[in-house]
Amino acid sequence: MFRSIKLLLLFLLAATPLMAQEGSYAESIPARPPYFIPMVGESSTPDAEGFLRRWMILDPIHKDLRTNILFTDSYLRASFVDTLYFKDQFSLVMPKEGKKEKWGKEKLQWRAVESNGYNVQLLRYAELQLKVKYYGVLFFVATIVDAPEDMDVRLAIGSNSASMWWLNGEEALILSGDRRMVMDDGVSQIVKLKKGANILRGAIINGPGMSSYCVRMLDTKGEPVRNIAVRTK
Amino acid sequence: MKNYISTLAASLLFVSAANAQVGEPFIHDPATLAYCEGKYYTFGTGGGGLVSEDGWTWHKGPNCNFQRGAAPDVLKIGDRYLVAYSATGGGLGGSHKGEVRTMWTKSFDPESPDYGYTDFNVVATSVDGEDCDAIDAGLLLDPTTGRLWCSYGTYFGNIRIVELDPDTGARLEGNEPVDIAIDCEATDLIYRGGWYYLLGTHGTCCDGPNSTYNIVVGRSRNVTGPYIDNMGRDMMKGGGKMVIAAHDRVTGPGHFGRTIIEDGVEIMTCHFEADFDRGGYSTLGIRPLLWKNDWPVAGKVFKEGVYEIESVRRGYAVELSVDFVRIETERRRFWGVDPEIAKKKIPEQKLEDVIAGWPKGDIIVRACDYMFRPNQKWTIKAAEDKGGYLGAPYYTIMIEGTERALAVGENDSIIAVEKYTGADEQLWRIEQLIDGTYRIMPKAQGETQKVLMSAGDSNLTLGVFNVNDDNVKWNLNLL
Repeated sequence: MFRSIKLLLLFLLAATPLMAQEGSYAESIPARPPYFIPMVGESSTPDAEGFLRRWMILDPIHKDLRTNILFTDSYLRASFVDTLYFKDQFSLVMPKEGKKEKWGKEKLQWRAVESNGYNVQLLRYAELQLKVKYYGVLFFVATIVDAPEDMDVRLAIGSNSASMWWLNGEEALILSGDRRMVMDDGVSQIVKLKKGANILRGAIINGPGMSSYCVRMLDTKGEPVRNIAVRTK
Repeated sequence: MKNYISTLAASLLFVSAANAQVGEPFIHDPATLAYCEGKYYTFGTGGGGLVSEDGWTWHKGPNCNFQRGAAPDVLKIGDRYLVAYSATGGGLGGSHKGEVRTMWTKSFDPESPDYGYTDFNVVATSVDGEDCDAIDAGLLLDPTTGRLWCSYGTYFGNIRIVELDPDTGARLEGNEPVDIAIDCEATDLIYRGGWYYLLGTHGTCCDGPNSTYNIVVGRSRNVTGPYIDNMGRDMMKGGGKMVIAAHDRVTGPGHFGRTIIEDGVEIMTCHFEADFDRGGYSTLGIRPLLWKNDWPVAGKVFKEGVYEIESVRRGYAVELSVDFVRIETERRRFWGVDPEIAKKKIPEQKLEDVIAGWPKGDIIVRACDYMFRPNQKWTIKAAEDKGGYLGAPYYTIMIEGTERALAVGENDSIIAVEKYTGADEQLWRIEQLIDGTYRIMPKAQGETQKVLMSAGDSNLTLGVFNVNDDNVKWNLNLL
C-alpha cells in the first residue's frame, strides 16, 4: 500500500488514531515455517517444478536504500558490474563455504543454505539466520549447477526487488525496477549449460519490504529442467 | 449549410475519451461502491470518501470514523452494510502490525435516521515478524453458500483469507487463516459462474505518474484457493493475469471493486495513482468490466468520435431512412484491369453530396447494409450539463456534420430529430456489456426501462434489455 516514503508519512499522520497498539514483539509472533533446512548430501536436485534450492549466499552489503523505485537498468549495472565490493566479485571460481570477503571495514562471509521452499527468503535469512539489518541490502548469491551433458536452457527467475544473473561469467538476465518475486518473471535467452560444473551467480538488491528470489531452468520447450544437480562445494 | 459545415469542422477535431466521472473524485483505495438511499458511496484510505447521486458527478463524502484507516471495503448484507477497514502499523519499511476490523451501519448518510456504526470486530491481526500485514480487507458473500469471506494482506508476506459470520461480521470461532497469494495487496474476492476470483494490486504504489500499480487476477473452484492464473501459475508463486494497467493518461490502477448493474452489465472501480488531467492526483476510476473466456478484464472509457452503430443481430448499420444515393463510376469488366486506373482513389460520398435530398423534420431511423455513407455516420459526444450514470455522462448521437440527433419517437419508435434540443429523448446512456458489445438506452424512460433494439434486421424500436438477446446489443465501430 505504501511504497512512497512521502505518502507513507502523510498517511501515518492521518491514520495515527487507528494504528494498532504497541505490543510484545517476541511473544506475539506466531509459529513460522522453517525458511531454511539442513543440507543433506553433497548436492541437491531441483524440486518438482525445477526450482534450485541450494545456494551460497554472501552476507548482505548494506546500502542506504529507502525506496525500490530507483533500480533502473543503469543503476543495476553501476551497482553490480561497475562497482567492486570485494576482490573476487567477478571470479569464475565458486567461493568456498566460510570464505570471508572484505568490504570496507566489514568482513562478509559466504554461507551455504538449503531453502525449505521454492524461493529463497532473503529478508528472513538476514533477519533470523544472520540477525542483521534486512532492509537496504545487496546480496550476492551463487550455486554450482552440474549438468549430465551439454544442454540448451533458459534461466527463469523472479526476484524481489531487482537482480542480475550470470551463467559461467556471462550476463544472462536482468530484472530491473521495483520488482516483486514472481515465478518465471524473467526468462533468459537460450544459454548453454556445459557438461559438468557451471557457475550461476546472482545479485539481488532491495530497499524496504520483502526480499526473496526463485530460480529454475527451462528446456527449449519451456519444461522445467530436473536432470541437473546443484551444490555449493 | 454554414451550420453543418461549422459542426462538421468541430466534429473533425475530436476523438477523445470522456472522463469516467466529474466533480472532485479524489480518493485512494476506494471500497466497492455502495448504493444507499439513492446515492453511491465509496470510502478510501486516510479520510478519503466520495458520494454521488448519479455515479457520474462525485463529491467529498461524509466523514466516517473508519475512514482514517486503510483501504476499506463495503458489502451489503440484507438491509445493513458491513464495513471492513484496517488499522496499520505503517507498512513498507515500518511496522507490519495490522488489524482488520468490521462493523455495521444501515446508512452512510449522516442525515438519515438509520445512520450509525456498531462497535467493531477485530477479524484478523498480524504482528511484526509475521509473513503478513493484516490490512487491506476485501469481502465476499458467497452466493452459492451464504458464507462470508474476508481476504487481507499486502506485499509483506502472504495474502490470507478468513471466514466471517454473516450475521455478526465477526470471525468464525476456530477459523484459521489460509494463505492464498503473495506479491499483491488491496485484494478483493468475487464469484462468477463457478469460479472464485482473487483480484490483487501488483506493482509500485504511491509514486504518482511513475506508479506501476496494476490489478491482476487468479481464479479457483474453491474460495480458499489455490488461485491460479491463465498460465497455470499459483498466486502463491506470484501468478496473476492483468485486468487493468495504465492507459489513456492515468497510471496505477489499484484496489479493485465490482458492481453488477444488472445481468450482463458490470463495472469495476479502482483508483488511479495519477490522473494526468487532474494534476496527477489519485482519483476514482470506473470502467466497464468485461468477461473474456471467464476472465475479467477492464473495458475502457467510451471515446467520443464518429461511429458506425452496428447491430449484433445482423451486422447492419443504424442509418437515417433516406434515399440511397449511388456513387457513379464508369462500369468496367472484372477482367482486363487497367493498371493506371487501378492506382487512382475514388472519393467517398460526402454529406454535401446528399443532404439536400434529405427530408426536413423528423426522419425514421432504421438499419441497413453498412456502406460508409453520410446517413450512417454518427457523431457520439458527451452532452454537457445533462448528468450521467455510473462512470459516464449522457451522450448525444448525431449524424456527422449535422445537428440531426437520434431520439425516441412515439410508440417506442426511433427517429432522428432535425435539430438537437437537449430533451431527454435525445440523450443516450451507452454502456459496454460484459461481452464487449454495447447497450444504448435513452435517458427518457417510461415505467419499464428500455434500450435501443433491433425489430427484425432492418428496423429499430425500444425494447427490454436481456443480455442473452442479440437484438439489444450493438457494436460501436470508431471510424
